[in-house]
Amino acid sequence: MAALIIKKEDESGLSSYYNNKTTIIQEARVFNESPISPRKCRALLTRIVYLLYVGETFGTQEATELFFGTTKLFQHKDSALRQMVYLAIKELSTTAEDVIMVTSSIMKDMQPNSEVIYRSNAIRALCRIIDPSMAQGIERFFKAAIVDKNPSISSAALVSSYHLFPHAKDVVKRWVNEAQEAVSGKSSSSFFGGSSSSGYLGGWGSQTQSQSGYQAIPSTSYITQYHALGLLYLIRQQDRMAVTKMIQQLGGGKSGTGTTLKNPMALCMLIRYAAKVMEEDPNMQRQILELLEGWLRHKSDMVNLEAARVICEMKNVTPAQLTRPIAVLQLLLSSPKSTLKFAATRTLASLALTHPASVATCNIELENLISDPNRSVATYAITTLLKTGNEASVDRLMKQITGFMSEISDEFKVIIVDAIRTLCLKFPGKHASMLGFLSGVLRDEGGYDFKRAVVEAIFDMIKFISDAKEQALSHLCEFIEDCEFTKLSVRILHLLGLEGPKSPQPAKYIRYIYNRVVLENATVRSAAVASLAKFGVGVQDTSLQKSISVLLNRCLDDVDDEVRDRAAMYLKVIKEPELANVYVKEESIPSLAALEQKLVAYVNEPDAAEQPFDINSIPRVSRAQAVSEAARPSTLDTISAPTAKKSASPPPPTAAETQSAYAQQLAEVSNFASYGPVLHSSSKPTPLTESETEYQVSCVKHIFKEHIVFQLNVSNTLPDTILEQVAVIMQPSTDSGLTEDFIIQLDSLAPTTSGVIYVSFTRDHPDEFAMTSFQCVLKFISKECDPATGEPEEEGYPDEYELEELELTAADYIVPTYATFSAEWDRLRGGASATETFALSAMDSLKAACDSIIEILNMEPLGGSEVPTSSSVHTLQLSGMLPGGGGKVLVRCRMTYSRGQGVTLELGVRAEKQEACNLVLAAIGG
Amino acid sequence: MGLSISTLFQSISSLVGWSKGQDVRILMLGLDSAGKTTILYRLQIGEVVSTIPTIGFNVETVTYKNIKFQVWDLGGQSSIRPYWRCYFPNTSAIIYVIDSSDHARIPTSRSELLTMLSEEELNGVPLLVFCNKQDVPGAMKPEEISEQLGLAGQEKGRAWSVRGSCATKGEGLEEGLDWLVNAIQKK
Repeated sequence: MAALIIKKEDESGLSSYYNNKTTIIQEARVFNESPISPRKCRALLTRIVYLLYVGETFGTQEATELFFGTTKLFQHKDSALRQMVYLAIKELSTTAEDVIMVTSSIMKDMQPNSEVIYRSNAIRALCRIIDPSMAQGIERFFKAAIVDKNPSISSAALVSSYHLFPHAKDVVKRWVNEAQEAVSGKSSSSFFGGSSSSGYLGGWGSQTQSQSGYQAIPSTSYITQYHALGLLYLIRQQDRMAVTKMIQQLGGGKSGTGTTLKNPMALCMLIRYAAKVMEEDPNMQRQILELLEGWLRHKSDMVNLEAARVICEMKNVTPAQLTRPIAVLQLLLSSPKSTLKFAATRTLASLALTHPASVATCNIELENLISDPNRSVATYAITTLLKTGNEASVDRLMKQITGFMSEISDEFKVIIVDAIRTLCLKFPGKHASMLGFLSGVLRDEGGYDFKRAVVEAIFDMIKFISDAKEQALSHLCEFIEDCEFTKLSVRILHLLGLEGPKSPQPAKYIRYIYNRVVLENATVRSAAVASLAKFGVGVQDTSLQKSISVLLNRCLDDVDDEVRDRAAMYLKVIKEPELANVYVKEESIPSLAALEQKLVAYVNEPDAAEQPFDINSIPRVSRAQAVSEAARPSTLDTISAPTAKKSASPPPPTAAETQSAYAQQLAEVSNFASYGPVLHSSSKPTPLTESETEYQVSCVKHIFKEHIVFQLNVSNTLPDTILEQVAVIMQPSTDSGLTEDFIIQLDSLAPTTSGVIYVSFTRDHPDEFAMTSFQCVLKFISKECDPATGEPEEEGYPDEYELEELELTAADYIVPTYATFSAEWDRLRGGASATETFALSAMDSLKAACDSIIEILNMEPLGGSEVPTSSSVHTLQLSGMLPGGGGKVLVRCRMTYSRGQGVTLELGVRAEKQEACNLVLAAIGG
Repeated sequence: MGLSISTLFQSISSLVGWSKGQDVRILMLGLDSAGKTTILYRLQIGEVVSTIPTIGFNVETVTYKNIKFQVWDLGGQSSIRPYWRCYFPNTSAIIYVIDSSDHARIPTSRSELLTMLSEEELNGVPLLVFCNKQDVPGAMKPEEISEQLGLAGQEKGRAWSVRGSCATKGEGLEEGLDWLVNAIQKK
């Protein structure tokens, strides 16, 4: 402690000695003195609050002691002291114990006959110390205070209600009428009277006259409206109809001039609420847009800006709708106020991503802002111009940016780098100057986020602009020579390994990479080893291969295990081209989420250790899929932004992740412990009811080696009915090959909650793949709940609810997996195979046929073959596997289409097992 | 003669004591709904106010015969009683209020009182017990209560008195305060 004090003294001299915790706790004796010295006490309280504000913490006991000391100051009427007392109470209330001790004193100060300065402070303090159960007791005060003539009291009550709301929802909800009155601004009229003195100490009589003769101060800011609106929204936010109505009422009609809201901040809040309603309910868009356009003409800048911003961020906004808000922003750009300029440029910068042409009208104003003394404004102006500008202006802008790059913070540097990254791809012709710029800033000082942005921008150039590749790679080589971020070094080394061997002079990268092996930490060294190996495998120059073997041999002496292991492995791989194909050139990798889940299961299963882990049971994904999985904002997205969203994320990895989640859920049910690991779960729950029904049921199918478990997610949407003994009766069609084991029912399902029921079946012939449909019925006992107490009735009545039929199909057994089709197809030549022809007369195009085959079989389409290039002839290649030893399955669908006959399909199946072939044929034929 | 000089001396010394501007700090304690808050405001503004249970405390300055009393009325609910002790320092006198009509809780009231009196900080501090609600039919007389409390043999180190009162009618309060003023001055 002593050391701490001394250290603090060093920092800020005497004042820190004066304001240290120990001194203050000792000096708190002044609270006990009699008579009290208001001046001394106030000074001490100030120091306590100061300490709390600068981050000093008090222990519970210390805080409690100070708190009780502070309470003694209520004996003094000095209003300056009382204010400070309230501040200290509010600050200490979070750490001190038993803060309710001041309740009575505070309540007394809240009385209508207290001085105004006492009242608002008391109200604000009360909500900090109150127990939620007491909220009802103060209801009358709050209702009166919310509509008080004095804005400071009304605001205090509104803000306190806002803070009380999460703890005492039901009570605060009843104050909605008072809040409504406060928001309508009636209370701001400035005549005095009406505040009835109905306090709990009812008969103050004679004193009332002398003490409470305050005059209400007419508010000029109407800030009360802002607070009242916040409370109203908090109370109504769950009810979109009510919010919409509130917006219409307060919005003041089409032109926006009829509004009763005079506070610009309140209007801004209203605009934000309106934006939210518009986003959730597209039908409201037209109506709210009219209101927003009215607010564009409001006399307050703040309101104009907020309205313009909301229109700019609207979904599917058209260029025509943008003209007016952009005109407003354009005016703000030449405002003398920095905040307005900043807000306007920031809005335009994000709008320029999607609508560069519309923003281009502001180019002249933005040009002027490039030299703005406020660098944040200048940054946004430049990034906007980069997006709206043409190829000719790029060079000039780049020069401007280089000029002040060193003057702005990392955060803004990242914004600029991102803008340039987009620009590179838009104007590939300018890559030279942009690459020059990027490599320049790469040498500057900067944190990880900034450096990462630059490196990723260069990665993109390498990927998309082949002219820049050579140059960019050498910049990266130079960067890793002196890179302090391990993560970046590893990524760059990986990229060098991929791109380097393809370049005309691969040898020149070797030195840079090997330098890492000599100079860096173990993580970077092992990445460098992997990178070197790729050169060894990828380059057909024997002398280079030999040198690399020499270098890798040296790595065998490394101190780190991982580095040695990798070097040893790659040395072997280089010698045997067969292995190289598997370990270095392989285009597919196991789905990582699925691999992790299977490994965890393997480690947890004691018996499994007797057999080696079977990596072939893991679905594989292509590298391209793995890359798109890693959530990096793809550059293509930033250019062509929201219009062309990619159709759907690749199914296998996401499915694999949901699989692991399901597996965990199942592991928690003891009945399934003996079933062994889950082989496969359906990726998405199948709904068995309409989405608007009272009871909603969806089903997930889990396939085990000898069992099938149906997981039925049931939700009870009724607010006042409790369901008990909930079960789903599933009746398979006859000779399905499945025998029901048991149903794990839900004992009770409370109102508006959901739960899970499991139904388990045994597969009579585990080698066969049973396909059947089930009649499903939801059975339960329904009990009404008393709306007041929430208690269910004694007696319920049994009820049934018919669900939709559930199908168990081939898709439930097959897992999509990536493979190199032609190689695998050849390899399986000797395995089980089948060919059959089908006439799919109902299909009206090849595309439709592809889609439905993929859906029925749940297999991975390969090589983009899911999109037919010709309208008459197409071959669809599919790959999948049957978990649990069923092996791989490949399907080749040769299709022809002619009008009138529909699609004719020749289905060729090759698999490791005959059952798999049969399954596929049955799925399409059945 | 001797008597009159001593009274004169007393009043002079008391004048000297008060003239320092030192308020007389009085704690008013007792079980919940004994009538403490009613007594406080009866003394301060001379009226009967409607009260709710005190969560925490009320503090008011009461001027009686030109002497300023600072009266601390601490809530009597069992959850609040543990905090009484936070307000013990610098106390000049204690007023302990008992609901005379509440026969069942006299023992509780007695044990709370004795616990409090055993606190070191309150050594020698004069104690005035108001047996309140004397107007309620069936209320115990002050003498009975005094007997039950059993202060007679125990409290030798302090001045104490057990008196009847009725806060709603204002009976017995002034007499009690008179006694208290005397007791404080003697100390």
